Amino acid sequence: MANSQLINEPLLHIQNLRISALAYPSDAAPYLVNIVDDVSFTLGKGRVLGLIGESGAGKSTIGLAAMAYGRGGVHISGGQILLNGIDISAASKKSLRKVRGMQVCYVSQSAAAGFNPAHRLIDQVIEASLLNRTASRDEALARATALFDTLGLPDPENIGRRYPHQVSGGQLQRVMTAMALCAQPDLIVFDEPTTALDVTTQIDVLAAIKRAIKKTGVAALYISHDLAVVAQVSDEIMVLRNGQCVEHGDTRSIIETPQQNYTRELVNVRSIDHQEKKPDATALLRVENVTAMYPGADVEVLQDVSVELSAGQTLAIVGESGSGKSTLARLITGLLPPTKGSVTFDGDILPPALKQRSREQLRQLQMIYQMADVAMNPRHTISTIIGRPLTYYFNLKGRARKQRVAQLLDDIEMGDGFADRYPAELSGGQKQRVCIARALAAKPRLIICDEVTSALDPLVADGILKLLLNLQQRENVAYLFITHDLATVRAIADSIAVMYQGQRVRYGPKSIVLTPPYDAYTDVLLSSVPQMKAGWLDTAIKERADRA
Amino acid sequence: MSYLLILVAKRLAISALLLLAVSALIFAGTTILPGDVAQSILGQSATPEALANLRRDMGLNESALSRYISWLGGIVQGDLGKALTNGTDIADAISKRLYNTVFLASVSAIIAVPIAIFLGLVAVRYKNRWPDKLISGSTLAFISLPEFFTGYLLIYFVAVKLGWFPSVATVYESMSFTERLTAVALPAATLTLVVLAHMMRMTRAAILNVMQSAYIETAELKGLSPLRIIARHAFPNAIAPIVNVVMLNLAYLVVGVVVVEVIFVYPGMGQYLVDHVSKRDVPVVQACGLIFAAFYIGLNMIADIVSIIANPRIRHPR
Amino acid sequence: MTSLFLLAAIFAPWIAPHDLGDTVGGVWEPSSSEFWLGTDNLGRDLLSRMIYGARTTIFIALMATALSFTLGSVLGLGAAVIGGWLDQVLSRFVDLLMSIPTLIFALVVLSVLPANLITLILVMGILDATRVFRLARAVAVDINVMEYVEAARLRGEGKIWIVFREILPNALTPLIAELGLRFIFQVLFLSALSFLGLGVEPPDADWGGMVKENKDGIIFGIPAALIPAAAIAILAISVNLIADWVLNRTTDLKGGRSGQ
Repeated sequence: MANSQLINEPLLHIQNLRISALAYPSDAAPYLVNIVDDVSFTLGKGRVLGLIGESGAGKSTIGLAAMAYGRGGVHISGGQILLNGIDISAASKKSLRKVRGMQVCYVSQSAAAGFNPAHRLIDQVIEASLLNRTASRDEALARATALFDTLGLPDPENIGRRYPHQVSGGQLQRVMTAMALCAQPDLIVFDEPTTALDVTTQIDVLAAIKRAIKKTGVAALYISHDLAVVAQVSDEIMVLRNGQCVEHGDTRSIIETPQQNYTRELVNVRSIDHQEKKPDATALLRVENVTAMYPGADVEVLQDVSVELSAGQTLAIVGESGSGKSTLARLITGLLPPTKGSVTFDGDILPPALKQRSREQLRQLQMIYQMADVAMNPRHTISTIIGRPLTYYFNLKGRARKQRVAQLLDDIEMGDGFADRYPAELSGGQKQRVCIARALAAKPRLIICDEVTSALDPLVADGILKLLLNLQQRENVAYLFITHDLATVRAIADSIAVMYQGQRVRYGPKSIVLTPPYDAYTDVLLSSVPQMKAGWLDTAIKERADRA
Repeated sequence: MSYLLILVAKRLAISALLLLAVSALIFAGTTILPGDVAQSILGQSATPEALANLRRDMGLNESALSRYISWLGGIVQGDLGKALTNGTDIADAISKRLYNTVFLASVSAIIAVPIAIFLGLVAVRYKNRWPDKLISGSTLAFISLPEFFTGYLLIYFVAVKLGWFPSVATVYESMSFTERLTAVALPAATLTLVVLAHMMRMTRAAILNVMQSAYIETAELKGLSPLRIIARHAFPNAIAPIVNVVMLNLAYLVVGVVVVEVIFVYPGMGQYLVDHVSKRDVPVVQACGLIFAAFYIGLNMIADIVSIIANPRIRHPR
Repeated sequence: MTSLFLLAAIFAPWIAPHDLGDTVGGVWEPSSSEFWLGTDNLGRDLLSRMIYGARTTIFIALMATALSFTLGSVLGLGAAVIGGWLDQVLSRFVDLLMSIPTLIFALVVLSVLPANLITLILVMGILDATRVFRLARAVAVDINVMEYVEAARLRGEGKIWIVFREILPNALTPLIAELGLRFIFQVLFLSALSFLGLGVEPPDADWGGMVKENKDGIIFGIPAALIPAAAIAILAISVNLIADWVLNRTTDLKGGRSGQ
C-alpha cells in the first residue's frame, strides 16, 4: 500500500497554528477574531489527511496556510508551519514563490473560475512546471498527457488544446488536478473539489483523484464538509469546528467509533427516522402528463411527467442538474404554463398561468427557495416578511398580526426577539427557518421545497429537516421536496419520483423505489451516492467496472 | 472564424442603421420642433414677405420627409448644403476645420491614453497605499473641474504670466508641424487633463475587477511572479474593458473639444458649430451635429468590436 | 462649502450689496474693500453677481436634476417591471438618444428653440434622463430576478405593491448615489451652455455666463473670469464629496446591503 510508508521526517508539521482576521462590525471598533485557533497536526509523505467541518470551521484557511497563503485579509498570528523541515509561516514572498507550485499545489473548489479564460488549458497546466523547475517543455507535456489519461479524461492527447469554456465542469476539475500534479509536488491541497459537481460526476472525479494520488504517491490535504466523501480518499481525518480541532484519528476510527459528540453527529447525519405513509385514495395534488418548454426555445424541458401527492405527505423529486425538477416546481406554481397536460389541486384543475389563479388558490400552494438570502427582501424586517402573508390572505392587522407572528416564530424555534431584526443579521439556518415561517403563515395545504437544504451545512440542514417533519405532523401540510441529495430523500420522503433529462424514470412509494431491481439511471444514481463507510469508493468502482 | 466575422458585420450594420436614425433625429430636432425657424432667424420684427421669402429659400414649404431625403441625398454625394448666414459651402468650411479638430483631439488622445493606463496600473499595483490614494484623490478633484476652468487657469498662468505658449490658438495651413504643436499645446493640455482623470479612474476599476478573479489567485498559488501574473494572466482579460474605457473617453473627447476650441479660439469644428448655433444657422448645425454623432457612434462601435474579438468564448465556440 | 453656496443662493437678494445690473464702478477693477471681488467687464460688482449667480446656477441645475431624475427613474423602473414591448421601445429610443453626445444634441436643439428658462430646463432634464433611465432600469432588472420578488409575485401581489414595497426600497441606494453625480453634471452642463452663449440670457447672472463675459480679460492678466469658474469647480468637488459620504453611510445601514 503506497499510503502507509515509513516516515522519517514528516512532510508537513503544523504546530499551534493561529490565524486571525479583523472583523468590522458596523457600530463598534474593529477587533481581532481567531479564524483558526491552536491547531496542530503532522502529515507524513504520501499520506492523505481529510479536513472536515462546517462552513466557518477554518478548514480552507488551514489548507491555504499550508502554502502560507491567506485569503482576504487573514494573517498567520501564531504557531509554526514546517514544510519539509522549513518554517514557512514567516517566509518572504520570494521564497514562498519557490514553495508554491513546486512543493505544494492547490486545487480550488471551482475549477471553472480558477482557470484563466483567455489561455488554453495545456498552457496553464504546464506553466508552473516550466517556470519553477528545470523540466523541458516536452517533458512537461508528456507528464501532463499521462496525467490526463490517469484522471480518465477523454482524448488526453488533445484535450489540453481546448479553452476552459469548451470543457465540462467535471472535466475541468480533473484538469485542475492534473495541473497540480504536473509539477510533481510533495503536497496537494484539495479544497472542496467535488462540492459543485453532480453526484454521478462526483464519483468519477473522486475515483480519478484517488487513482492519481496512489500512482504518484503525493501527500494531500482533502478539505470538504461531506464526511462520506472525505472518508473515501483519506487515511486520517481531522474534525474542525470554529477553528479548533475536535477530533483527529485515522479514518476507520472516526467513522466507526467517533469519540466526540460533534463527530458523532456528523457521522450520523441524515439518519432521521421517518415512517413511510401510504398514499391516500384521492391525491391532493395530481400532475398529469405535463410537457413544458421555455418560451423561445424548442427543447422540451419536461416530457410527459405525471406524479401524485397525498395530503400531509412528502413526495421527493430527485434528479441532477438538467433533470427538470425545478422546472416542475415552476410549472406547478404557474410561472411556466405547460404546453400539454394539467395540474389538479384538491379536485379542481389549476389554471395553468399564475395570473389566472384566485388568491385562495395561490394561498394553498406556497414555496420555499434554496437560497434564503435572496428569498427575502433585505430591507424588510422579519415581522414584515412573516406578517405580509397574514395581512394579504387573512386581513390580519395590528395586535392580532403581531401575536400570530410571535406564534410562528415560536413554531420555527426562534424567539420573539427576532421580529424586528433584518435578514442580514441572521445565520443561514435561521434565514431558512424564517422562509418556512413565511410559507406557513398562509396556512397552505402544500409547500414546494426547492432544494431548501442544499445550501446549508449538514448539521444545520438536519435541523431544518426535523423542523419540517414536525410541522408536517402538526399542520398536516404536504411537501413537494425537490432535491439532488439521496440521503435527504431516504430520511423524509413517503414517495419518490426520479427525474432524468426531463423525464420521470422511476416513481412510487419510497420503499419500492429504493429497492432493486432498478432502471439504468436510478442504478447509476443510487450507486454514486457516497456512503459513510471506509472503502466504499473502491467497492463502488469495482462494481461499476463489473457491470460495464 | 466566420462566426466572428458575422458578429462584426452585424455590429457594423447596426452602427450604420444607428447613424441613419440619428440623422433623422437631428433633422427632426431642428425642423419639427415648435417655434418657427424662419421667425427665430429673422426676429420679431420681420415682415411677412421676408418670412415667406426665407421660408421658400430654406425649402420650408415642402414636407419634412422630402426635405429630409434631399438632405440625405446631398450628404451621400458630399454636399452638405450652404450656410444660411453667408451662403458659403458647408462641406468646404468643414473639411479644413475637421482636420484641425481631429489634430487637436489626436494630440490630446496620444498623450492622455498611455498616461492614464500607466497611472491606472500603478494605482492597482500599490492599491490603498499612498500612490493609489494620491492618484485617486487628485483625479476625483480633476473630474469636477469644468474645462473652462482648467483652460483659463492655464491661459492665465502659463500664457499670460509665464508666456510659454500662446493664449489664442490660431492655426493656418502653411504652418509647420512644430508650429502647429506649439499653438495647440495649451488646448491639448486642457483636454488631456479632463479626459485623463476619467480614463484613469475607469482603468483602475477595470484592472481591479480583473485582479479579483479566482484565476489570479490560482496563478499566485502556482508561485508565479507578480510581473508574470499581471502580464500573462491579468492583461489579456483586461484588454477588453480597458479598450472600452478608452473608447468611451475618446468619444467624450470629441465633445469636450467644442468647449476647448471656444476657449482658445481655435478654428475647428467645435468653434464652427457654436458660432452658427447662436445665429440659428440650421444647415450648418445639422451638418456638424451629424459629423460629431458619426464620430461618437464610430468610436463606440470600435469599442464593441474589440470586446467581441477579445472574448475567447466567441473566438473559439464550443 | 456647499452649504455656503446654498445659503448664498437662497438669501441672495438680502445679502448682495449691490443690485444685479447696476454699474457701480470702473471696468475690471481689482478687489478692494468696497468691492470684495472687484468688478466685471461692465463694471458691475463681481461679488453681487456671484451671489446671484449662485442662485441661478443652483436653481436651474436642481430643477433639471429633479426633472431628469423623476422622468428617468419612473420610466426606468416601469420599463423593467412591465417589460415586453414598452421596455423594448423605450430602451431602443434611449439608446438612440444616447448615441448623440449630449452637448452636441443640446446645441442642435437650442439652435431652433426660443431661449427661455423653461426650454433650458426641459432640454437639460430630458437629455440627462436617458442616463438615469439606463441606471434605474439596470438596477430594477437586477432586483426583479431576485427570489423575493418572485415570492411576492407567487403570493399574487399586484405590480404596484411589487414596485413600491419590494423593488424601490432596494433601488434607492444606488439611485441616490447617482443623484449627486447628476446634479454635478447639470451644473457643469449648464455652465458649459452658458459659456457658449446658449444658456442664461444676460443681464441674469449664472456662473457659466459670467465666465464668458469676463473671458476676454484673461489675456490681459485679469483674473475676473477665474472666479466664477473656480466657484463651479468647488461646488462640483464638494457635492462629489457629499455624495461619497452619503454612499458610505447608507451601505452601513441595517439591511442596506442586498443579500450578502
